[in-house]
Amino acid sequence: MSLVLSPEERAIAGGSDGAAIAMRLVAESARLLGAPRLIPIASAHIDGALYHGDSGTLFAERLVEGGARVSVRATLNVGALDLTGSCRVRLADHPRDMAQRMMGAYRALGCEPSWTCAPYQAGHRPAFGTDVAWGESNAVVFCNSVLGARTNRYGDFLDIACAIAGRAPDTGLHRPENRRASIIFDVSQIDPGFLASDIAWPILGTLFGRTVGSNIGVVKGIETHPGEDALKAFGAASASAGAVGLFHIAGVTPEAPDVAAILANGPVEVVSIDQTALRNTQSALSTIASTGQLDAVAIGSPHLSFAEIRTLIRLLNGRRVCLPFYACTGRHVLKQLETHGLLADLTSAGITLVADTCVVVTPILADLPNGILMTNSGKFAHYAPGNTGYSVLYGSLADCVESAVCGRPTFTQVAA
Amino acid sequence: MRFQTEILVRGQAGTGEALVFTQPISFWGGIDPTSGRVTDVRHPQHGASIAGRVLFLPGTIGSSSASAVLLELVYANHAPAALIMDAPDAILLLGLLVAQEMGWPTPIAVRLKAAEQGGFAGQTVSVGEDGLLKVL
Repeated sequence: MSLVLSPEERAIAGGSDGAAIAMRLVAESARLLGAPRLIPIASAHIDGALYHGDSGTLFAERLVEGGARVSVRATLNVGALDLTGSCRVRLADHPRDMAQRMMGAYRALGCEPSWTCAPYQAGHRPAFGTDVAWGESNAVVFCNSVLGARTNRYGDFLDIACAIAGRAPDTGLHRPENRRASIIFDVSQIDPGFLASDIAWPILGTLFGRTVGSNIGVVKGIETHPGEDALKAFGAASASAGAVGLFHIAGVTPEAPDVAAILANGPVEVVSIDQTALRNTQSALSTIASTGQLDAVAIGSPHLSFAEIRTLIRLLNGRRVCLPFYACTGRHVLKQLETHGLLADLTSAGITLVADTCVVVTPILADLPNGILMTNSGKFAHYAPGNTGYSVLYGSLADCVESAVCGRPTFTQVAA
Repeated sequence: MRFQTEILVRGQAGTGEALVFTQPISFWGGIDPTSGRVTDVRHPQHGASIAGRVLFLPGTIGSSSASAVLLELVYANHAPAALIMDAPDAILLLGLLVAQEMGWPTPIAVRLKAAEQGGFAGQTVSVGEDGLLKVL
């Protein structure tokens, strides 16, 4: 089955401008993926504006010079700089300049300056069943699973190419038959008290990701909707621990009114989760045993919602932190905080707000050789050791706040 | 020894010492984009450099930024002389497609089953523009 382009697609691809480059990249990717055709998309979320080297900046500028514009709504994921000036990024002059040029080029292509990895909480929510081209693993998994829109994991360059072409290869999760579950992840034996706690979801997501790998799983045994922020944490952790692009939770997510409704034809594997497996997963999220040392706290991967920041303010309860405390969020939330007069509560408590970017994709944390970072994010726990050199202590949001107030690791509850 | 391989992405013919990976790798976080060195400490070929080598890949895993790493390697002249892959990885190969759109010379990428890759380790090999793989 080889790729067939429409006459219009062929005509665009035959040109020499930016739109032609984009159409050729989408078509060549479709050929490599074995897709028979391209399909129209309703929106895009672009992860490609994060600086990895000069070549990416030069490519974005080539598209701009070629007169390319996105043809669908396209939000931007984080960049390497905090353009709001909320926090200081320690980048040398050359990469700073190239990162800024890159962010500017993507703006010139018509992308929205959302600069967040939680676009779905910043007003970008494609309708159920629509085809879109999203990048950034947590956004992809949320879009597929919670919104029920359809996207594959669009990597750097293909995301912007799809946004310009308004097309994506017809393959993978765009096709309904590929969205059905072959693994049942049964949590009905787990203590409901634990499932109701905020620490449960990153741990469950990590274990889910490790269990299903690149297969599609459905979670069984969740009695009440845990809320969007919990699903956000679950999806992000699952995508960083495995290659999860779509999950279902029976009775919660839109494609799985119950388990049977979403099962694939063919063999189905059942994995029953016990408290021990969760406890082991929780301990493995920390990379060292607590020694009493703590150098910083970071929360907000994915970017914190307004509701999560309100919880942070409630837990701080007027106290001041005595360690660097980074709360990563989007500029959409900064605006809400300003409107509600809550920015002062955070700054007077000593919290550093990080907007447009985050602490694992660009140098923000102090350059410490043996630093120890506490986080409540499964995704930060996964990426911080490799990307920042810090060891990780994993805790709940309450643990993060108490530890930052006391200046040493403090665990308020034994969770799993 | 001669193998007619399937061409995945057309590009320049390449000659070099074969570097055969014995495990899949994630280019992002696994290969230093500024030098081509393997930085993943858990990978068996940790410490080797892919720059200028004929690189045999039994598989690729992980991040969707692999294309950005390969593009940066091509841009900075640290790319492999040729890429030989068990299966086409559209994310990684997109790095070559973008480099071609930029007008930068890119190595050819061809397909050869992982089971047939092992015998080439350490030998000097060439891949022609027609996809012919030869031991020199």
